[in-house]
Amino acid sequence: MQPTTLEATARAVADGAVIELRGEIDGLARDALTGAYDAAAGPGSLLLDFSQVDYINSTGIALIVGLLARARSDQRPVSARGLTEHYREIFEITRLSDFMTILAG
Amino acid sequence: MFDAVQESALRDAVPIDIAPNDPLVAYLESAPGAVELAALDLESPALAELRASGITLVVPLVSNGELIGLLHVGRRRSDQDYSADDRRLLETLAAQAAPAVRVGQLVREQQIEIQARGRLEQELAVAQLIQQNFLPKELPQLAGWQVAAYYGPARTVGGDFYDFIELPDGRYGLVVGDVTDKGIPAAMVMAATRSVLRASAQRLQQPGVVLARVNDSLCPDIPENMFVTCFYGVLDPATGHLRYANAGHNLPLVRSGSESSELRATGMPLGLMPGMNYEECETTIAPDATVLLYSDGLVEAHDPEREMFGTARAVEVLAADHEAEPLIGDLLGALEQFGAGHQEQEDDITLVVIQRREAGPSSALADFKLDSAPGNEREAMRRVGAALESSGLTPARLERLQTAVAEATMNAMEHGNGYAADRPVRVIVAATELEAVVQIVDHGGDHEIRAAATPDIEAKLAGLQSPRGWGLFLIEKMVDRVDQHTAGSLHTVELAMRLKGGDDATDDA
Repeated sequence: MQPTTLEATARAVADGAVIELRGEIDGLARDALTGAYDAAAGPGSLLLDFSQVDYINSTGIALIVGLLARARSDQRPVSARGLTEHYREIFEITRLSDFMTILAG
Repeated sequence: MFDAVQESALRDAVPIDIAPNDPLVAYLESAPGAVELAALDLESPALAELRASGITLVVPLVSNGELIGLLHVGRRRSDQDYSADDRRLLETLAAQAAPAVRVGQLVREQQIEIQARGRLEQELAVAQLIQQNFLPKELPQLAGWQVAAYYGPARTVGGDFYDFIELPDGRYGLVVGDVTDKGIPAAMVMAATRSVLRASAQRLQQPGVVLARVNDSLCPDIPENMFVTCFYGVLDPATGHLRYANAGHNLPLVRSGSESSELRATGMPLGLMPGMNYEECETTIAPDATVLLYSDGLVEAHDPEREMFGTARAVEVLAADHEAEPLIGDLLGALEQFGAGHQEQEDDITLVVIQRREAGPSSALADFKLDSAPGNEREAMRRVGAALESSGLTPARLERLQTAVAEATMNAMEHGNGYAADRPVRVIVAATELEAVVQIVDHGGDHEIRAAATPDIEAKLAGLQSPRGWGLFLIEKMVDRVDQHTAGSLHTVELAMRLKGGDDATDDA
């Protein structure tokens, strides 16, 4: 089995930053996620783009919770797009969706 | 001379019973021939009775030295005594008649005996007919289970019975019972018990309540000194969950891994007293575990020295880990070897074996092992997905199951096997008529199984709770059923999705 990988790239947009995620969000995604958040530093909202993500496990959810906690203390609103129906449901079950805006598509 | 016999006396002849200990019998047995009653001086009720009915002379009918009857005559019409010639003639007649009378008596005795035996045989045949008519014609086909049953009637037919009752939601009622008597009355009580139990089982969920109901309906009509012992359990074949109650019946034996135990629950036999309560217990039958339900005909069988077969010997046979069907043969073999086979079977023997099979390669859609290494849960997801592609699960529900499989596999690799290289995780995928089932087996059998705490995201965001701890929570939310059990060092998590009635429209998160 190949080690799971996540590529996370941050780019600035008009009112904040977009973090584009590609790959799998599991325990091995920690550094990539932290790095991308650091790179997206600055004021304004944060949009997480999950459209290239095909796997999120419970450890990945814990990392997203950690990222949400940072954004909260930085007072940055977070939204998410590109979630599949399945992960959208998981975000609802875990109530992640109560703390970020889930955008369609 | 024969006109001497009073015709009216003959017409009105009433049989006179002579008690075997009447002194007259001893006297006549040794009498050489005709005896004048008037000349006798005996304290004999029979003599008095004979005299009272007008008999004056008797000639013993003797066959093979045994007094078999009397030839008797009343007073002569002339009122004179019988002459020596008369007496000789009567004695000759008696000597010739005696063997013929004896033959007649024997034929009659035999006819009576044949009639009595015929009635008994007929009664036994009827009892057997009732009995066997009410035993299951076929065994239930339970996916993932082996079921076998044996009923061996004693010659006189006791009141053993067993039953499998199909219940709503795919559950099964298991019944083994014994009526404490034999013959037609016991068979009737058995039939009544069975039908009340069947009816109650359909309406009432709890086995203890079912037995209480059966007890109450049996009590008013059951013959005195008769009662029924009965074990009743409700098995969910999908999970192995068994809820049971017992009305004084032999405790079923369970063999799981290397351990044997009894299914204990207290309760009075049925039909003794109305208003009884029956303790209800529950257990989960682990994969590869065997349950033996039986009647006292097994454990109370005696050897020629009157020693009983006993539960310990049954446990020994059970421990040899046989398949359900051979197990019955082995139990009967052990009984035979014990010596009970040398004499007539004392009581009915009933054996019911239910065995939960770990879904082996033959019935499994997939059965594979994965090294305990991070990331390998993705392989589990992929292969479970492939195995269940055409199972009828909707893609969305399959995806949920796969997520649960990934989480359970991660737990198995990390917590169960400690990521040890020599401890792979086994994944078994099977589909029953009702469910898609995935079993994930690790070596953490000695670990305590933790209940899933509901993670609190607010506490987590506030840093008051670890951001982790989503695994078990997710598993429980993703699938229709989660079961965990341990057998020896092996710990199994079973995840199941219903195949029917779970379309996406009802997929509420």
